[in-house]
Amino acid sequence: MSLIIDVGMRVSLILGLLTGLSVVVLSLVWVERKFLGRIQMRMGPMVVGPYGLLQPVADAIKLVAKEDLLSPWVDRIVYWIAPLAVFIPSFMIWVTIPISRDIVIRNMDMGLFYIIAFSVLSIVGLVAAGWASSNKYAVLGGFRAAAQLISYEIPLIMAVLGVAMLAQSLNLQEIVNQQDTYVYALVQPLGLLIFFIAGLAEIGRTPFDIHPAESEVVGGPFVEYSGAHWSIFFLAEYINTFAVAALTVLMFLGGWLLPGLSGGAITTVGVLVFFAKTYLVILIIFWFRGTFPRLRIDQLMSFGWKMLVPLSFLNIILTGCYMFYGWPAWLMSIISVTILASVFWLVSKRMNNTKKEYTVHIYKPESLEVKNAG
Amino acid sequence: MSLAGIVFYILAVISISMVGVLVLITTNYDLSLAETVFYILAAISLVGALGVVATRNVIYASFLLLTSLMGVASIYLLLLAEFLALVQILIYGGAVIIVILFFIMLTRVHEVKSITDNSQKPFAFITSLLVFGLLLAGILNSNIEVGERSSVPFTELGTSLFTQWAVPFEVASLVLLIALIGAIVIARPKEDE
Repeated sequence: MSLIIDVGMRVSLILGLLTGLSVVVLSLVWVERKFLGRIQMRMGPMVVGPYGLLQPVADAIKLVAKEDLLSPWVDRIVYWIAPLAVFIPSFMIWVTIPISRDIVIRNMDMGLFYIIAFSVLSIVGLVAAGWASSNKYAVLGGFRAAAQLISYEIPLIMAVLGVAMLAQSLNLQEIVNQQDTYVYALVQPLGLLIFFIAGLAEIGRTPFDIHPAESEVVGGPFVEYSGAHWSIFFLAEYINTFAVAALTVLMFLGGWLLPGLSGGAITTVGVLVFFAKTYLVILIIFWFRGTFPRLRIDQLMSFGWKMLVPLSFLNIILTGCYMFYGWPAWLMSIISVTILASVFWLVSKRMNNTKKEYTVHIYKPESLEVKNAG
Repeated sequence: MSLAGIVFYILAVISISMVGVLVLITTNYDLSLAETVFYILAAISLVGALGVVATRNVIYASFLLLTSLMGVASIYLLLLAEFLALVQILIYGGAVIIVILFFIMLTRVHEVKSITDNSQKPFAFITSLLVFGLLLAGILNSNIEVGERSSVPFTELGTSLFTQWAVPFEVASLVLLIALIGAIVIARPKEDE
């Protein structure tokens, strides 16, 4: 009997997490539309509910009530499973993400490793969705997703490793507790930037939304998806966005810790602090979406491999020296900021360079004609 | 109406989380529960593995391969080898993606069903029979001790990997590095193009 109660309790905990995440996603949709509207000098949603607060609910009802459109050449089984393969890993990550001290479903010693391991799995779903749609744009989108996510996985893991080295732990609770004197963003600004950029690429948000790029591959792997199937992808995307923001907060911005907050209040007020910090990071992500143009696919790949990967290795070496020789923390911050500044200088110099450089070889029409003639 | 879709997804999420919960709580109960869960997981991985060879569709095969590997990862979790389970998920998750990419590059969705038997079938049969015999003989001849399940902290694992087993570790990474450089050399475009 107690086994049934145990299983029931945990399953209901998971269902509670699912409900909570759905509510967060609804709020994110509202915040994003409102914020983008403000950036573009519009009001955003205003009609449904006060300040358009009920707009996401209306959207959700519309999505469920939509007709299920399926092309006859779609591979039914993979088409149905692919959204699950994307959604379940992104949802399972949240099992180990704490929202305050001791408020977590399961505190794992290898929490960060668990999160990285599961975030790889969702790519399978994207590629499978692209293939099952039997649409050339969808397949291209799936290819792009795989290429992008695999290349940005490396700097992401390396940035996480830097934090793990500092905290001497992969446990998220422990990492936050270590930051009570200073947050890791001060010691590792380089790591923070690498993690944030690679995280954005990992969840495929602007400026890295290469795989669902509407103007190039008309929505990528999601072309043939509609209604409930599409809404699962949508849910997963926003849960991932929230997870990247939450991880940034936990690893670099001190999680639920706040100067002046101590004692028993940490657990309760900490939830609010955590959510406030996370939503701030989310606003930065939405701000990027409203203001940045999308990268070209070759720019994305060369940026990942030629810039982020070497920088992340440099970050690891720096952190190792810092740990081994016992450098003062301020020296580490100064070195990190100096590297960042020189990288910014190099990038801006390259961007102002008017001579066009293609990393992908592009045949000019003239050269092709010559070839044909010869 | 896409209500069927919603119902399907909710049921799937619940059933998968049920399996996960069962794996995680076995330590709180006596071994009979762990045994039951083990048989469920073993059935999942075996059905997945059988499906890989039985299906004619390469994408289904790769998905079933992933199912089978995840089943094995859950068995590691059942044996409290958390690190091994996570490594299994991380590495084989990525590997299956690459496999799917090759399938997509080499096949089309309507061509998939036309893959038929070829002349290599008897050789494959003999080889797999030999491997099966070898494994069976190995398992029957070894005296595996049945001990208590105990988890090894991953810091201990890391320490022994970098002290006691440092040389094999470095050799493995060197081999990987050589493979990487080889791939770059092969994929690089010729100078005169």
